[in-house]
Amino acid sequence: MTATATTRGSGTDVRLTGISKTYGAFTAVHPLDLSVPAGSFFALLGASGCGKTTTLRMIAGLEEPTTGTVELAGKNVTALPPYKRPVNTVFQSYALFPHLDIYENVAFGLRRRGVKSVKKQVEEMLELVQLGDLARRRPQQLSGGQQQRVAVARALINHPDVLLLDEPLGALDLKLRRQMQLELKRIQTEVGITFIHVTHDQEEAMTMADTVAVMNAGRVEQLGAPADLYETPRTTFVANFLGTSNLITADVLGTAGDAILLRAGDTKLGLPATRCTAPARTGEKLLIGIRPEKITLTHADDAGTIADGRNRVTGRIAQSSFTGVSTQYLVDSSVATGLSVYEQNIERDTRLVPGAEVVLHWNPGHSFGLDAAQNVEAGTDVEAEGAG
Amino acid sequence: MSTFTATDQPPAPTAPAARRKRRVPYWLLLPGILWLLVFFAAPLVYQASTSVQTGSLEDGFRVTWHFATYWDALSEYYPQFLRSVAYGATATALCLVLGYPLAYLIAFRAGRWCNLLMVLVIAPFFTSFLIRTLAWKTILSDGGPVVSTLGSLHILGLTDALGVTEGHRVLATPLSVVCGLTYNFLPFMILPLYTSLERIDGRLHEAARDLYARPLTVFRKVTFPLSMPGVVAGTLLTFIPATGDYINAELLGSTDQKMIGNVIQSQFLRVLDYPTAAALSFILMAAILVMVTVYIRKSGTEDVV
Amino acid sequence: MNPLTRAARVLRRNLVVIAGLGTLGFLLLPNVIVTVFSFNKPNGRFNYEWQRFSTDAWTDPCGVADLCGSLSLSLRIALWATVGSTVLGTMIAFALARYRFRARSSVSTLIFLPMAMPEVVMAASLATLFLNTGVSFGFWTILIAHITFCLSFVVTAVKARVMSMDPRLEQAAQDLYATPLQTFRKVTLPIAAPGIAAGALLSFALSFDDFIITNFNSGSTVTFPMYVWGSAQRGTPVQINVIGTAMFAIAVLCVLVAQLAGRRRKRS
Repeated sequence: MTATATTRGSGTDVRLTGISKTYGAFTAVHPLDLSVPAGSFFALLGASGCGKTTTLRMIAGLEEPTTGTVELAGKNVTALPPYKRPVNTVFQSYALFPHLDIYENVAFGLRRRGVKSVKKQVEEMLELVQLGDLARRRPQQLSGGQQQRVAVARALINHPDVLLLDEPLGALDLKLRRQMQLELKRIQTEVGITFIHVTHDQEEAMTMADTVAVMNAGRVEQLGAPADLYETPRTTFVANFLGTSNLITADVLGTAGDAILLRAGDTKLGLPATRCTAPARTGEKLLIGIRPEKITLTHADDAGTIADGRNRVTGRIAQSSFTGVSTQYLVDSSVATGLSVYEQNIERDTRLVPGAEVVLHWNPGHSFGLDAAQNVEAGTDVEAEGAG
Repeated sequence: MSTFTATDQPPAPTAPAARRKRRVPYWLLLPGILWLLVFFAAPLVYQASTSVQTGSLEDGFRVTWHFATYWDALSEYYPQFLRSVAYGATATALCLVLGYPLAYLIAFRAGRWCNLLMVLVIAPFFTSFLIRTLAWKTILSDGGPVVSTLGSLHILGLTDALGVTEGHRVLATPLSVVCGLTYNFLPFMILPLYTSLERIDGRLHEAARDLYARPLTVFRKVTFPLSMPGVVAGTLLTFIPATGDYINAELLGSTDQKMIGNVIQSQFLRVLDYPTAAALSFILMAAILVMVTVYIRKSGTEDVV
Repeated sequence: MNPLTRAARVLRRNLVVIAGLGTLGFLLLPNVIVTVFSFNKPNGRFNYEWQRFSTDAWTDPCGVADLCGSLSLSLRIALWATVGSTVLGTMIAFALARYRFRARSSVSTLIFLPMAMPEVVMAASLATLFLNTGVSFGFWTILIAHITFCLSFVVTAVKARVMSMDPRLEQAAQDLYATPLQTFRKVTLPIAAPGIAAGALLSFALSFDDFIITNFNSGSTVTFPMYVWGSAQRGTPVQINVIGTAMFAIAVLCVLVAQLAGRRRKRS
């Protein structure tokens, strides 16, 4: 840990201004402004081809922006080549030098900057990532998880102002991935360096990052703390890409105090005005969204027991699947088909089987409202594999 | 904390570093390409010019646009041309038939012997090929092992009748020349075949067997089609040099087995009839380029090189 | 199962092994003959028929006039041809593998043509150039000819290696403070090294063993293959077999040692 003590809190803020990248007629990144506060763990989340990796490479200096500037700690570094920038990258599939052993891979950056005695630092860094006894192995003799840790060590030993991680866990299996997520988070907290992490895995982004920017088709759709993004998505893409959302198209009836009153079919629904990002004009349409785990499922025979003031939708169970922790239902209703409901397996109602008539109800305060002019399906079927 | 708005900025001006970077490939190419232009392209131009010259060694040669040289050369030496193509094609076919099993063996069946077998395929290269071709003279000679084996089996008469041997001899027959060509260019067939066979995922064989293919069908429908790049590269690497070769015909054949290479060599180095030698070279080059192009088109693998 | 059908089955299963080993035998047979006949004591000038065992040639390998001189000339030419073609070819290979530029396909064609052309055509055209420009044949014309035809092979070998290299490795080096020059020296070159070595080795072998192009461009200079060629007409000294056998043995030994060393390193 001593190797990193000196860097504690030495993170630097990153500011992108009007940065964009076009390749011929294709625009990989639309002009965007982004600022990452010093010492934060920032995630760029999106499906493959959304421009997140290109954005990261522009920060690293590996890609020249078509327009805009990159600033590190207030200093414009747009024209600096990668080897003059105080940032380091953990590459996708690691890019470890196959002709050098682990020790020399980790020492590479120090040697390039003319550091004479690298032994102590390299050994301490290898200890930090728990690879001390593999120093003389070649990269191809290591497992995926070990290679990943070498890649992190190779970057971190340079005490960069910003560490860039390009899908660093993409090549690992699920279990190792979860373990490395916590490990990376631990290292980040310990060294206090600004981390910018590119991933297509929404769970990974939410687990690790303080701030997540969701990217889609070369634009940032929304940016914020993971819980805020999840609770109040501002676009259908974010609502569907981050977890699952039930989106119901409804007409605005009017407002009552803090609440917007809506009608879908013959069902009346409520929505707090503070949780609606679109303007609510009477007579126009809105999308009302609700997360599957916030819905309670009650058999139609017990509909009388439901408390007043909750949003209610009646329907029939089309499918159910048992997943251990919870049971997931698909319910067809008059307002929308295929509504998702997750019920915790605490006291299971044996009547809740496909075909059963049910009432879906939830606290109106858990709903969120979106502009109805968007594609309801956006972000549901994105291929969440490979590079961004 | 942050915003995201569209901003309109003019593209960054091209840095001098970027412009310098764009010139890098040209500097890298310059010496080598210059070399090839001077010592490969220019000679071809000189040769083209020579082929339409007339004159004699004493009076010198002059460009007279004498295209008749081509016609004369072709009408006089067409038997050698046809023979070269026939020998080259036969040797190539034999190389494929002989080389495929060995390449297959090394790629799929050799296991830990793979490296050793590879060394043994390449090792003969380290002995001068002329020495090895002379060894064939010993093997195929009248008192050598091949003739005496055929003799003791009493089938020399039969082989004579089939035209494989002539007058109870193997040496100085088409057989000996084709045998020498096959031997000399066999490694050029085996190496590309091995490379493309080795790339085939072994699970494809298992998948094919799982889908009810018998061993021979696996080979016909999976292995062989996937090894096509190697087959195409191997046949080209064998056919081109075999057709232009004159060493095997010289060492293992007689005057009846002379190939077009022998003619070019003697016209150039002994008769000193440079225009005829140049015309013959061009005809050979054109014929091979046409055949190779047609072959590559037909085989459907444009990316062999 | 009766033993005959079982034998037939084993035979059928191992048909490809038997055929493959047969081909290997065909490939190695001349080397066996060369080795055996290096211990021959021929009666006449030609060493084509077995007479009796003798080690005379082995105890006096340079005992025939000009033989060892031609050998050392061939080695020198091969060495310089390797240096020349490897340097020029590696540069071209890097340009082709790493950069997009105009005239890229014309360059590729120019590289491909020398390999797609019968050697005798290239030999005659190069000799035409030297004749027309009045260059006298000898060491230099042979060297130029060898560099010219080795060049394309080096380009092919190095290009394949550089193309298969992950471009992220160079980006990683730059990210780790290596300047472009350091990136080339510390990452690109070491990783491309096996391809360059393969190209160089191939050049050496092609040059050392070349006969056709040398025959047209050597004048009265005699390389080792030229010597062997001449001896096929004049009489073949046993020493030729000695040198052939020795080269074969040395090469196989080198490869085996390299393989063993590689295996030991992998194990440790």
